[in-house]
Amino acid sequence: MRLAGTLLLLVVLVPAPPAAAVVKIGSKSFTENYILAEIAAQAIEATGEAVERRLGLGGTGITYRAVAHGSIDVYPEYTGTISRTILKDPAADSPEAIRARLRSQGLTISAPLGFDNTYALAVRDDLARRLKLTRISDLTRHPELRAVFSSGFLERDDGWPGLRRQYGLRLADVRVIEHALAYQALAASAADLTDIFSTDGRLTRPGLAVLRDDRRFFPAYAAVLLARVDFVERDPGAWAVLERTLVGRIDAATMARLNARADLDGRSVRQVASGFLGREVSDADERARLTRELASLTLDHLLLVAAAVLSATVVGVPLGILAARRAVLGHAELMAVGVLQTIPALALLCFMIPLLGIGTLPALVALFLYALLPIVRGTYTGLATLDRQLLEIADVLGLGRWRRLARIELPLASVNVLAGIKTSTIWTVGTATLAAFVGAGGYGTLIVRGLALDDVTTILAGAVPAALMALLFHGLFEVLDRVLIPRGLRVVMARPA
Amino acid sequence: MIAVHHVSKRYGATVALDDVSLEVASGTTHVLLGSSGAGKSTLVRVILGLVAPDAGEVLVDGVAVTPAPRRHLVGGVGYVVQEGGLYPHLTAGGNVRLPAEAAGWPGEHVARRMSELAALVELHDGVLRRYPAELSGGQRQRIGVMRALMLDPPVLLLDEPLGALDPIVRAGLQTELRRIFAALGKTVVLVTHDVREAVLFGAAITLLRNGKVVQQGTFAELAQRPVEPFVTDFLLAQAPPAELRAYF
Repeated sequence: MRLAGTLLLLVVLVPAPPAAAVVKIGSKSFTENYILAEIAAQAIEATGEAVERRLGLGGTGITYRAVAHGSIDVYPEYTGTISRTILKDPAADSPEAIRARLRSQGLTISAPLGFDNTYALAVRDDLARRLKLTRISDLTRHPELRAVFSSGFLERDDGWPGLRRQYGLRLADVRVIEHALAYQALAASAADLTDIFSTDGRLTRPGLAVLRDDRRFFPAYAAVLLARVDFVERDPGAWAVLERTLVGRIDAATMARLNARADLDGRSVRQVASGFLGREVSDADERARLTRELASLTLDHLLLVAAAVLSATVVGVPLGILAARRAVLGHAELMAVGVLQTIPALALLCFMIPLLGIGTLPALVALFLYALLPIVRGTYTGLATLDRQLLEIADVLGLGRWRRLARIELPLASVNVLAGIKTSTIWTVGTATLAAFVGAGGYGTLIVRGLALDDVTTILAGAVPAALMALLFHGLFEVLDRVLIPRGLRVVMARPA
Repeated sequence: MIAVHHVSKRYGATVALDDVSLEVASGTTHVLLGSSGAGKSTLVRVILGLVAPDAGEVLVDGVAVTPAPRRHLVGGVGYVVQEGGLYPHLTAGGNVRLPAEAAGWPGEHVARRMSELAALVELHDGVLRRYPAELSGGQRQRIGVMRALMLDPPVLLLDEPLGALDPIVRAGLQTELRRIFAALGKTVVLVTHDVREAVLFGAAITLLRNGKVVQQGTFAELAQRPVEPFVTDFLLAQAPPAELRAYF
């Protein structure tokens, strides 16, 4: 605990070194946001300036805190999200109003990039032609149409309930469906109508027609760049490049096409971004780059796990000893360490951004906190269940507190202590995949990206090595057991009961 | 010399010791006899300073024993328990060496003392290199005795030292321990529920029941002048049946 505290203090007190001219670009973990951020990154790199990518961060809570804290300089965001989620003031929905409100936080936004990513309604295009459906209000004439909506859309006030009121719609058959299945339902003519995001790649394919929101019900979710004012002022050249490349350059059809290339054609985000900037990257190049990326992600992952488990051992074993010595303190301690486990990882990471920013440090602190429980518990259990008579004999033999601990208690408890460290390590290999949400790298980067792109290969490229690493650690601990558990105890364990 | 004066100890509602007094003269062996739960082990732990009595006091060579500064007892009292109480992660030799290491003895001094003791309890060096789990019950017990004697304490406390052994090994070790105690001239307190062991070892016997002293004296006194029927009952309960005696 002391160590973590010291670590925290250090980070708070020591100001970050003045960054060299590196532009730190972030993104959330869905295809469109990845692509926009990657376009921004490549556009800046083309000018010769260095870029640090923090892509695939775990949602608005994290990206916003990261940009506010200065861990990233800029990331793609939507006006509706800024006014509703960040400013919590739906009335501030124009770019001007938003810019004015963000100013006090040292943030600003670019002019709109040219498209909205908002809810839309799509119908089967054969129906659209036959029934002459072009606008949402046309639906009032056809209450017989069968709708399937995602559960979010069905419940949100800016979704179906509000839409129905605004347009006076009365559809007889409205059902809830998992979003990914809606297109299949429509393609199979099992349904006629669904909700869709206005830049969904599937809109570029035949089969769907979007209905115009003629009464302007859906809120504006215009894509913009959310940036730090100090970045814009420090590096006006880079900001100008971003504005020139992106602002007003991407309409909804273009965005849908870019999304389709990644989501439906299986191109990588880098390839899609390069294509938009007029350069093509071959699949072979992309595979080679992916191999290099995997190597560096493996190193990230390994270092995260090793550092987290080592520091958790250094702190956790003494905590376990303390817990075994003092009954009341011990209970409080075990409870506190247990409660830490119940904090969802994303929430914990989110809370830490104002203090630690994003990247390796907050991931490490979170992994360290999660790694504590098995180690503290293992040590505590090992010590608390020792034969009391053996401890009394140590007193009679005149061993003294420290010698008793070092020569008798810890060796006798070593089986439990090591089991705790082993559990914790294998656990941490899994938990460390969440580090990707705060841009700390590791195998989670591929898992998050694969989930966003619905690309099983990429998911497996992250998940399989993580599983292998867990196995590797398992094997390593089998060896460690042989070295660290005293031979006499192994003789006892091997004896038939 | 060990003197126990009016010692009482209770754990919650349970009375473990009730006004127990006894004296053990230097160089003699005193047996604490009684059924399990009679308070024998508690009394030993009070004498060791592991448990503070609620009332009364214990003097070892005239010095009061209390749990807090029990360090002065180290080297003065050896302690042997059932099955030896050995540390499973240390070799037999490692167990024996432990108190000497804690006392900071130089290496050659330790080695000399170890071979002396091994000869005394008749164990060869190979046994010392094994782990407790690899030893027989009798060997474990001898190692326990070696460890207790390592610092050559004038006083030995043995809590059911032979309780877990089979009868033949037990009879052999009984004879041997008696020889060792006599040869070394130690002041010994031995806890047992075994009347045969009490007869063999005890110059003096204290018979305990429910934390109270029932009778103190030699075996002959207990057998011939029991203060209450329980004394006779206890001594006879373990006597071989008449049918068996007829054969020998």
